[in-house]
Amino acid sequence: MSEQPAAPQAFDETRPPDLLYTEAEEDLRAAVRSLLAARADAAAVIAATGSATPYDRRLWDSLASGIGAAGLLVPEKLGGQGASHREAAVVLEELGRSVAPAPYLTSAVVATEILLALDTRAAPVAALLADLAAGRTTAVLALPPATPAAGAAAALTGTLERTVPSVADAAAADVLLVPTAGGLYAVAAEDPGVSVDPLVPLDLTRPLASVTLTGATGTLLAEAAPAQAAVARGLLAGAGLLASEQLGLAEWCLTETVRHTRERHQFNRPVGSFQALKHRMAQLWLEVVSARAAARNAADALATGSPDAPLAVAVAQAYCSRTAVHAAEECVQLHGGIGMTWEHPAHLYLKRAKADALVYGTAGRHQETVAALMELPAP
Amino acid sequence: MSTAPDAADIRRRTRELLAAHPPATTGPTDFLRARFDAGLAWVHYPAGLGGLDAPRSLQAVADAELAAAHAPDNDPRRIGIGLGMAAPTILDHGTDEQKRRFLRPLWVGEEVWCQLFSEPGAGSDLAALGTRAVRDGDDWVVDGQKVWTSSAHLARWAILIARTDPDVPKHRGISYFICDMSDPGVEVRPLRQITGEAEFNEVFLTGVRIPDSRRLGPVGDGWKVARTTLMNERVSIGGARVPREGGMIGPVARTWRERPELRTHDLHQRLLTLWVEAEVARLTGERLRQQLVAGQPGPEGSGMKLAFARLNQEISGLEVELLGEEGLLYGDWTMRRPEGVDFTGRDAGYRYLRSKGNSIEGGTSEVLLNIVAERVLGLPAEPRDDKDVAWKDLAR
Repeated sequence: MSEQPAAPQAFDETRPPDLLYTEAEEDLRAAVRSLLAARADAAAVIAATGSATPYDRRLWDSLASGIGAAGLLVPEKLGGQGASHREAAVVLEELGRSVAPAPYLTSAVVATEILLALDTRAAPVAALLADLAAGRTTAVLALPPATPAAGAAAALTGTLERTVPSVADAAAADVLLVPTAGGLYAVAAEDPGVSVDPLVPLDLTRPLASVTLTGATGTLLAEAAPAQAAVARGLLAGAGLLASEQLGLAEWCLTETVRHTRERHQFNRPVGSFQALKHRMAQLWLEVVSARAAARNAADALATGSPDAPLAVAVAQAYCSRTAVHAAEECVQLHGGIGMTWEHPAHLYLKRAKADALVYGTAGRHQETVAALMELPAP
Repeated sequence: MSTAPDAADIRRRTRELLAAHPPATTGPTDFLRARFDAGLAWVHYPAGLGGLDAPRSLQAVADAELAAAHAPDNDPRRIGIGLGMAAPTILDHGTDEQKRRFLRPLWVGEEVWCQLFSEPGAGSDLAALGTRAVRDGDDWVVDGQKVWTSSAHLARWAILIARTDPDVPKHRGISYFICDMSDPGVEVRPLRQITGEAEFNEVFLTGVRIPDSRRLGPVGDGWKVARTTLMNERVSIGGARVPREGGMIGPVARTWRERPELRTHDLHQRLLTLWVEAEVARLTGERLRQQLVAGQPGPEGSGMKLAFARLNQEISGLEVELLGEEGLLYGDWTMRRPEGVDFTGRDAGYRYLRSKGNSIEGGTSEVLLNIVAERVLGLPAEPRDDKDVAWKDLAR
């Protein structure tokens, strides 16, 4: 070849991503962890999954309003905490570790990011944003959870007369953000024209419902063009921070598996002393360590508005999806029989990990994004 | 007591060195000796031994000044074993006389060092080594065979561990020596490896005499001393930032972009998976580097070698397949003795073969997984029956 193409997405020598945690982030983690330990231990979460609305209202109020986690992405002048995706990612690590049902990713990240991408001087946008940031209201995007950021354009179709077959956390939402060909609408869940019908989800800790709109009235938040960009940005942030949830989930699975195999004795030894098992856990540790770097990189890129963010998010999703599933599958296997029971929480993590592997796009979809951004095209 | 020097002191001392010994008019060896004597060789070493008792992080200040002045360096690639392994061991366990005698020519590069540890019968189980050292008056007489010794054919000195007491359990009967590679009992033979070249040597020791004054640490305490050496072997990761596509994935990605006729669907999926894993490994290394800079070193370093070994092997294996007919060719099987090793150098076939060593050298991946499992995760060790048995009674 005579012409050598320059490597795309040239490496930014000037500003390396900050991949560590700040002291403030560690303080936030400690507050969220202690709240979840008090209100959402494994037995409580398993018991709650018996209901189609397993959400704990008091837990959400403490997390969203008490700790202020719902407003982390929102600037102070718009009623939020003026923090960033880095802090929201830490909250999601802890939620992943606990798998407590809470509409944080859907409402406090995706819906909130969509509103932040709109004209926040417009009264309906500002009012809803302030309510979300304060934890008074929750909102979800009325799209199927597997929709990737690249699916934003196709999502703006049809009218307010429609059925969305599957929406995550719809049962916990006060407001639905509904994309249509005419733009993005906010529709109150209590509107008589709205019907939210629970589905039977694989992941019991992130409930799904079908949403049917017949004669509902909504408030137009944005015309189609800005709405499309905003939905794409919301889904990008969702995918990027989902990586942190997956990291927390994988970390729990590894920690519990190590704990179990140190205590469980067979053949007159702790089973964790067998190389066949310990090598698998060491390998998992390496994946968790790597997932942490990938997830922090995505959170930092989103927080700083880096042009590298789409690549950082795609890399993090392609990696962390697989790490979470691998960790949860190893957790079940290395727990032996107890890992197959309803009583032990391992199944909650397996179900969440497998469902998360589809949410906002599979690892394969994200690798296609890598291929496009890095100019590594298919044959 | 004087306080440790700060960045301004280091900068001032470096400028004084450059003024007194202008690199343009000073021979490289003279300049490096002067730099050592000014305490700017390794600033965290003690004063008088090439350092200033300064924080290790301040070395960067001196290095930046010296690089800007185009001062000669000591070619760390050529003397890596001396710098990375022999020097910290001599510093920790050597006598004052040993430190004065050996550290300066080691750092300057006048004397190359090699490491006589591994044996044909003692690889992962290094403490089972059988090279014997027998006391004879003021000397030790050494007989045995060592292997995987890089730089043995260039080295003036070697760090050597040998068995001084076969009647006690293996970890307790070892002593640590500095071996003169010019002794007539030392025979160095190149060890040709699967790439065709010979980076390493076999070293045969026959009646080699080592004065007791060249013993490092107490008799029988050699395993403890060797741990200092081995810990330093794995510290080197986490230095410089690596650019995206900076490792072995780089040449594969370039080939993919430049030669569309080679692309297949299967290769595409594998390439993307490996590209993502290589990028994540790069970020993991970057995170480790940031932790070190922030003074919070984590255990992540033990995992990085595992990750890079597997990635290098899979990426280079993919590259051979991607190249199609060219993948069936090999650059050159000529038996050569390279001065250093370049994992990303030469052609895809070489990279594929050389990377096989990445999961063996410096601790096999299997041993490293044990180390991660036991030291990082706190999993119990396998039951062992070799710890309380005299070395001479072990199965071999």
